[in-house]
Amino acid sequence: MAQPLERQQAKPHLAEEWVGKVYTLLCIAFLILTIFSLVYFVASKGLSTFFVNGVNVIDLLTGLKWAPEGEPRLFGALPFIFGSFSTSLLAAAIAAPLGFCASVFMVEIAPKFGRQYLQPVIELLAGIPSVVYGFVGLSVIVPFFRDVFPGQGVGIAAGAVVLSIMILPTITTIATDALAALPKGLKEGSYALGATRWQTIYRIVLPTTLPALMTGIVLGIARAFGEALAVQMVIGNAPHIPRSLFESASTLTSAITLSMGNTAMGTVANNALWSLALILMLMTFVFVFIVRWLERRSKI
Amino acid sequence: MTAIGMSTKNLSVYYSDKQAVKDVSLDFQAKQVTALIGPSGCGKSTFLRSLNRMNDLIPDCKITGEIWIRDRNINSPDTDVVSLRQRIGMVWQRPNPFHKSIYENIAFGPRYHGTKNKKALDEIVEQSLRKAALWEETKDRLHNSALALSGGQQQRLCIARSIAVKPDIILMDEPASALDPVSTSKIEELIAELKRDFCIVIVTHNMHQAARVSDKTAFFLTGEVVEYDLTTNIFTNPQKQETNDYITGRFG
Repeated sequence: MAQPLERQQAKPHLAEEWVGKVYTLLCIAFLILTIFSLVYFVASKGLSTFFVNGVNVIDLLTGLKWAPEGEPRLFGALPFIFGSFSTSLLAAAIAAPLGFCASVFMVEIAPKFGRQYLQPVIELLAGIPSVVYGFVGLSVIVPFFRDVFPGQGVGIAAGAVVLSIMILPTITTIATDALAALPKGLKEGSYALGATRWQTIYRIVLPTTLPALMTGIVLGIARAFGEALAVQMVIGNAPHIPRSLFESASTLTSAITLSMGNTAMGTVANNALWSLALILMLMTFVFVFIVRWLERRSKI
Repeated sequence: MTAIGMSTKNLSVYYSDKQAVKDVSLDFQAKQVTALIGPSGCGKSTFLRSLNRMNDLIPDCKITGEIWIRDRNINSPDTDVVSLRQRIGMVWQRPNPFHKSIYENIAFGPRYHGTKNKKALDEIVEQSLRKAALWEETKDRLHNSALALSGGQQQRLCIARSIAVKPDIILMDEPASALDPVSTSKIEELIAELKRDFCIVIVTHNMHQAARVSDKTAFFLTGEVVEYDLTTNIFTNPQKQETNDYITGRFG
């Protein structure tokens, strides 16, 4: 007797279930469609440089000279690739120790002060528009470098410093969350064995949270790699590999934003910029995969 | 190593304004197991954590009174807490092995207290594991992750880890309550074994466990010690009505 009763009650629920399922399915389908069409668009444009205009892939990746409108046309994107990697890696190298130490301070040493004052300040950094960073970089960091080091002040160093401030919130926030999520028992276990606070931080806290810290760094690098405006304002935008960190250089992003308006859709010069965008996108995929891999490892 | 016990005199613990432990004076003798029993929230764990100054880590926690080991009051501000904790081991309810190999878990403490020699460390690791009855199970995989061990094994590893720094006293905070019955009985056997060398203070919710493993038992209620006596007396002939109610299961 109980069974038919249950079925009667279940019917409206089933309808609800069905509506919910279809709705979420439509949303995810829309998302996937957007992503795929974006990837398709960038890829078809970016690849037509090679397949339609007959530019050699190897030449693009290793060529040192970029002159899409020149005679002969040259598509060497290595200076941009070099610029992008060097600025973002250098930025991470500056921001990572700062971010770690800040989060160790916030979680382990002064949790009250850290939570109340430092964390909001650092989160504020993430909300500042990149044009402001670029502007500050241009009017403070570039003149400083010009005075102190030989060169015009613009270049990879200036770009890296500006980027390091921009990615500091990413690294710090992820590191702080990871440190705070560490089981209390682990730290107590270490203290109970007579380890000092520094020994505990260095030998237990940091190694245990390392995968999460690495995730923060990679996400920071990805952010730096994709940042265009602020970098463009301080890097100088000369399309060659600089001989010093204080000499004008370019990144993939700055090359695209600078030239996009000056090229006509469908021309080889325009397609070449899409190729740069394709490289950017593929690198982002690589970063995402690295993060996924790190997250899997941290679950052990 | 001469056997060393520990005693407290008028020990009180406050969290902010709330007093969690009230004027507790107890003696813990060497080579004996003392059980602290009582309902949840009665202050027994807080009391235990005060004994190795673990409560120092909690902001707003204040401890007054005296804790004596030999002729030193370790609750005085000039006590070197780091070297104190070396002499008082601690084991928690949830096994908390470090995310390292079995070997590294045990070598962690000794390494910080000056043993750098590989051979000496090997020796300490083996002895500690043997004492914790874990050697036979782990000798072939000392360099595997400690997290791959079962819960009971992890707990014995944590005991081995605290033995490795050669403490005089071992504090245990419900060491078996997260374990299955088989692992629990192994831990209890181990406690009986360890009491030959150490002074053990154990907090437990399990009254049968207290009766089985301890020599003396203190019954805590709302931050105070109601009764402290030989375990046999507490369980067969309690002097106070509250103790009797608790051990017969009328509350708690």
